[in-house]
Amino acid sequence: MQKFTAIMLDGMSYAAWLFLVAVGLTLIYGVMRILNIAHGAFYAIGAYVCASALGVYYSLGLPGVFAFALMGVVALVAGLIVGLIVERGVLRNLYGRDEVLMVLVTYALFLILEDAVKLIWGVKSYFVYQPYAHFGFIEIGGLPYQVYDLLIVALAVVMGIALWFWLERSRMGRMTTAVVADREISAAMGINVKRVFATTFAIGTIFAVVGGVVTAPKIAVTPGIGVEVIILAFAVVVIGGLGSIPGAAIGAVFAGYARALSVHLAPEFELFAIYAVMAVVLAIRPHGLFARASGRKI
Amino acid sequence: MHKTIIPLCLAGTLTATGAWAQDDTIQIGVPVFLSGPAAGAFGQPERNAAELLFDSINEGSVPAPYDSEGVNGRTIEATFSDEASDAVVEYRNLVDRNGAEVVIGYTSSANCKSVAPLAEELQTLTVFVDCGTPQIFEEVVTDPTYVFRTGLTATTDAVGAARYLVDTGVDLSRVAGINQNYAWGQDNWRDFTGSLEALETGSEIVSEQFPQVYVGQYGAEASALLTSSPTLIFSSFWGGDLEAFVLQAAPRGLFARSQVILTTGEALFPTIPDELPEGTIISARGPFSVFAPENELAEWFRTAYAERFGQEPTYPAWKMAQAVLGVKAAYEKAGEGADSTAAAEAMENLEFEAPSGTVRMSLGNGHQAAQSISYGTYVLEDGEPGVENVITYSAECINPPADQTAAEWIAAGFPGAECD
Repeated sequence: MQKFTAIMLDGMSYAAWLFLVAVGLTLIYGVMRILNIAHGAFYAIGAYVCASALGVYYSLGLPGVFAFALMGVVALVAGLIVGLIVERGVLRNLYGRDEVLMVLVTYALFLILEDAVKLIWGVKSYFVYQPYAHFGFIEIGGLPYQVYDLLIVALAVVMGIALWFWLERSRMGRMTTAVVADREISAAMGINVKRVFATTFAIGTIFAVVGGVVTAPKIAVTPGIGVEVIILAFAVVVIGGLGSIPGAAIGAVFAGYARALSVHLAPEFELFAIYAVMAVVLAIRPHGLFARASGRKI
Repeated sequence: MHKTIIPLCLAGTLTATGAWAQDDTIQIGVPVFLSGPAAGAFGQPERNAAELLFDSINEGSVPAPYDSEGVNGRTIEATFSDEASDAVVEYRNLVDRNGAEVVIGYTSSANCKSVAPLAEELQTLTVFVDCGTPQIFEEVVTDPTYVFRTGLTATTDAVGAARYLVDTGVDLSRVAGINQNYAWGQDNWRDFTGSLEALETGSEIVSEQFPQVYVGQYGAEASALLTSSPTLIFSSFWGGDLEAFVLQAAPRGLFARSQVILTTGEALFPTIPDELPEGTIISARGPFSVFAPENELAEWFRTAYAERFGQEPTYPAWKMAQAVLGVKAAYEKAGEGADSTAAAEAMENLEFEAPSGTVRMSLGNGHQAAQSISYGTYVLEDGEPGVENVITYSAECINPPADQTAAEWIAAGFPGAECD
């Protein structure tokens, strides 16, 4: 019974984290048709900025509970700044180019940002473990579980709902949906497509940065942390279907529980559990679980 | 006529100058992790130690027996390369383009396995600093000439760990392991569980976790370890993975519920000493750092490193210092004018002094170092990390004899082991 509880909690916790790091990737692809490899670098920047900001915060002896508010501010500000700089400085000049070219451009951005991170923060590790330990653990079915991990689940649910609400209920969200359906017609109807792109890219970047910010207190923030994340994020969005927000959520759940099940029941398969799920899904539905049906353009 | 003679003279002069310059300096290639997740925990201290040793050797300021300037009077010129890039390509660059006469470095077992055959092919003295897999001299290069390793193998760590746990009476009835899923982690776990079997502990293996290296998220693994209720958890994690595991598992009470042994635990001293729970059993992968003997070289290294870099050296730095001094000792044993081949011949079965004590290249046909290993229990004394209940096992106790592989020796119950 305790093992079942552990699988349920671990799958949920890992799925929440995967959703946070993957949903921005699928949002940007869905709207802009850019497979953003630099997403992993945005995650790393989030982790580093969080480590630096909280390092200063704790060194001032300020109360621990407000550190969580600072994490939120850091994620929003860093995501907005990095997202807008990349979108305005690089991507805006390349809209309409071939998708493969955009992959190469974002890969180049990824390498540049990785080096920029090393230039700014060096190669040593940074630690801000205080938020992870702040709330301690609770026992669920006899299993001690860190409250911080459960808060990440809550955060993922809130951010997922907020994203859905923005897309479905807000004016900008509806314009974004229209751009997804047909970029040319939307422009003809008076929608400022470039503004929609800039907003979408900034939101997608904020999600990646949030992923890095909430992960920083659990890990050693070191060079290269963005590499593993981008691979996992791709696996998740491919399972769900590139460009689909519900797909990212379902993909994260599939991947999260695949890993949790393998860790608890067959640890020797942990290495490729997520990719095995991806392979099975692609064998059955080559465009992912939630890929939209698209008309053939000639 | 003049047009022909002048270029010829110039060419002759340049060649002579070049030859003179080559004799006066020794080019050493140093591949360490300058980027990626291993850069902070390994690359940085290894690079620091190499720079300190090269400068001090050139100045002649290392204590005896290394107090002569340079290597046989030749000034060391170092080229650092990033181990995180393609190891084989970078090795060729170091030797072919940069003209490295000696290569000292490598942390990753995977990189050592790739580079070892190439070093033999290019006939370049190559000293591995870390990379613990015993496969190097057991399977990859079984009859080495140019490849050496001055650090200990994972076998030493694992056998030492098992002996320490038995000698200190730790409850070994239910044992679990969490190790990275590649040669290093797999070899460690195989040798550790084999050692428990050889020591007849009657342990039940209740959980074997092999997460992907650098994965960083260990919530599920911590749950799996908690639910399997082990009395002992063994881990050979290193670097950022080790730090993340401690940060995620300790607050959930894993270290309080089970005895945990970390074979590379000493590396946490400068990073998260307050987060590592007291009572954890740790090692420094040899007689390094807090486990080092008291001698002039150790005192000099500690002081010089701390003065220059502002913190105590961790075990990767000690291992780099050991490798550099081993090369100097080999060249000086080979004599004036020694080249890479002569130094490699001299290094075979060499016995040399290091900050960690005497190093004997007595295993792997004279190419693998044999040293003692120590384990102890982690304590914080006035906020400073330290160890107590230290037990040191001699090289003869925890290393297989030269004619046996680690797996054979452990499976046979450590024949020939001489333990005090």
